[in-house]
Amino acid sequence: MKRHLLSGNEAIARGAIEAGASLVTGYPGTPSTEILECYARLGGTNPLWAPNEKIAVEMASGVSFAGHRTLAAMKHVGVNVAADPIFTLAYTGVRGGFVIVTADDPELHSSQNEQDNRRYAHFARIPMLEPANSQEALDYTREAFELSERFDLPFFLRTTTRTSHGKSVVSADEIQVDSGEVVPGLVKDPSKYVMVPSNARPKHLDLEKRVARVEEFAENCKYNRIEMADTSLGVVTSGVSYNYVKEALPEASVLKLGLVFPLPTELIRDFASKVDRLIVVEELEPYLEEWIRIIGISEVEGKSLISRFGEIDTGTVRDAVLGGGKKKPQPVDTEEVPQRPPIMCIGCPHRSIFYLLSKKKTFVAGDIGCYTLAVSPPLSAIHTTVCMGAGVSQAAGIEVVLPEEHGKVVSVIGDSTFLHAGMGGVFNMAYNNIPATVLILDNYTTAMTGRQNHPGSGFDIADNRTRQVDWDLLIRGLGIEHVRLVDAYDIDEMESVLDEEINRDAPSVIVVQGACMLLRNQPVKIEKPYIIDEEVCTDCGICLKLGCPAISRKDASPDEKPVIDASECTGCSHCFQICTFDAIREIE
Amino acid sequence: MNQPVEKPVNILVVGVGGQGTILASELLAMVLMDAGYEVKKSEVHGMAQRGGRVVSHVRFGPCVYAPLIIKGEVDYLVGFELSETLRSMEWLSPDAKVITDTKAILPYTSLVGDASYPFDAIEKITEKGYEPAVIEGESLAEELGEKKTANIVLMGRLARYLPVERKIWENAIRSNFPEKLVDLNLEAFKLGYEAGSA
Repeated sequence: MKRHLLSGNEAIARGAIEAGASLVTGYPGTPSTEILECYARLGGTNPLWAPNEKIAVEMASGVSFAGHRTLAAMKHVGVNVAADPIFTLAYTGVRGGFVIVTADDPELHSSQNEQDNRRYAHFARIPMLEPANSQEALDYTREAFELSERFDLPFFLRTTTRTSHGKSVVSADEIQVDSGEVVPGLVKDPSKYVMVPSNARPKHLDLEKRVARVEEFAENCKYNRIEMADTSLGVVTSGVSYNYVKEALPEASVLKLGLVFPLPTELIRDFASKVDRLIVVEELEPYLEEWIRIIGISEVEGKSLISRFGEIDTGTVRDAVLGGGKKKPQPVDTEEVPQRPPIMCIGCPHRSIFYLLSKKKTFVAGDIGCYTLAVSPPLSAIHTTVCMGAGVSQAAGIEVVLPEEHGKVVSVIGDSTFLHAGMGGVFNMAYNNIPATVLILDNYTTAMTGRQNHPGSGFDIADNRTRQVDWDLLIRGLGIEHVRLVDAYDIDEMESVLDEEINRDAPSVIVVQGACMLLRNQPVKIEKPYIIDEEVCTDCGICLKLGCPAISRKDASPDEKPVIDASECTGCSHCFQICTFDAIREIE
Repeated sequence: MNQPVEKPVNILVVGVGGQGTILASELLAMVLMDAGYEVKKSEVHGMAQRGGRVVSHVRFGPCVYAPLIIKGEVDYLVGFELSETLRSMEWLSPDAKVITDTKAILPYTSLVGDASYPFDAIEKITEKGYEPAVIEGESLAEELGEKKTANIVLMGRLARYLPVERKIWENAIRSNFPEKLVDLNLEAFKLGYEAGSA
């Protein structure tokens, strides 16, 4: 067998191909994005970006009902969006194997929360596999399709950031596709697929029977294994935590759980009875620990040792179990080094609108995307961020109860985010006649996750031209009369439109358009760079309020005037337009 | 000959988004796999493009479980940017080898004069008892006409300390870069490998 260096996400994509998936879908979201990108790159059948996770799961369920194998991939919070179909799909069960990947983000590397989606498996009664490395990610994914068909249930595959993005060595032969035995075609079976109450009641009973079969399977499957060693210490663990346990506590006996729902009660009892001290090592929630207590084992340590917050590592486990404390080693003093938070790119089209909102001291109900970075100084122009689509409706709620603040509140939302979850908020404003203003920041791509195309970009996953949302028609169709499309690189025009719409006594939408600086398939015009004429500059500091990293104080000294780094400047002209003293000009 | 190692060796690669740190650590992990070791590599995607700090953990040995290095156990630190090298000091083991570029990329707060930048990072690293291998990767890469190959220059410098044959690196560069970039990157690797003293 050949050795490959694969990330967990690449391994999952390969697993889906080997299982003969007929359609793989998802919405971009760190750390899940590369699953679909890689599936497309490897030539998988029907790789399709969905506008959001709910649509992804629903489209995939259609594929499964049609007797084909399918996978939907999303980040942890994406499962919240898709939760509605997911819970009832446990009742219906499947025809073709159906795998839902939830990529969780302990430590919130790039997320708004760090929810533990193992809870979803228990809540929805959907079995969940949790690989610990890329080899398992490949094997578990491939086999999850067959298990899904065998037990007539969708299967969750849960990763965390380190299993999704971490690379490790995978031994695998050339790709061999085995798409199972299910015969594709239309099946009309209302008792299985039509969840009206009279059908859903028996299906609920049936669901518990199917879960019980998986429970039985869990007691004796290869995914759950005991590695017996020194019996003075026994550790129950799963997923990435297994790796830390193996390095921190090489002498300990380990119960590694690869199937984390339903859990193997007898296997756990058996393991617990063989060791003197039983501990659970898991990130985030006390998910395994609670189950162990529920089945009557009270002599167990878990969250009393291992933090409920963030990621763990080998050191955390070693200190918690052997050291009795949670202190991290600090062998060398940390130096005073300035922080380096991510910031908007040089030339980013979003910078200008946040400059205006910051100048006007507007309250900005925000959303999830690159533009969330405008929360940082000097722009400091994002005042709420909760989830995809929330800002639009938050601003509407604020407008209703604080009419005296009309003209001082807007919402901002990216183009991809708007199509994901923002439209309902807009026709809510229209329907309830709420005079709020929505700014759609359209950079023609899903930028934050690495530039994925979406229904507003006009390109599909393979960068082929496809049908494109018409913003003006769409928004008018939602019931908004006042729709304005403005150029993100024309600050005066943008300011006058903003003043007009934000003060209007009617709902309005402004689409601020400018291509992402990193875009592949839309030519981004690079103009001549600008310079600051030191003689003319009065050091008023207005250009520094843009927060553009191409503009700095000379020699990084607080006593010097601003200068532009011509090698970095993209010529976007934002600073040129706002300079009151005409001190900024194009390089000849 | 590739040398066997008894326990996992820990390499931390640090830099700023856009410097090619992820690509470099990718090549490094590939080389270590080709040399017959178990390898794990971990980093966080998502913020790298936006000028944030990028950190890759690369671990190799006869058997490697954990994808992350523990603070205080880094054996080799490769810093693509001066302040990021300094920021990573707390990760080092007492015997660690530090390889750092002299490239300074000022974070926004420093650019506008609100926070001082540690231009004296090399002195501070030396004061802590380490003898950093200092390399002007970007200047060397510019000699080749492509400053973006600075990441491979740094990998060349690192390669001198690792128990992996030089030809495995060269083969990995040949098989992992687009054909038109192979010679350029082989040159960059050579420049780094042969630069400065041990």
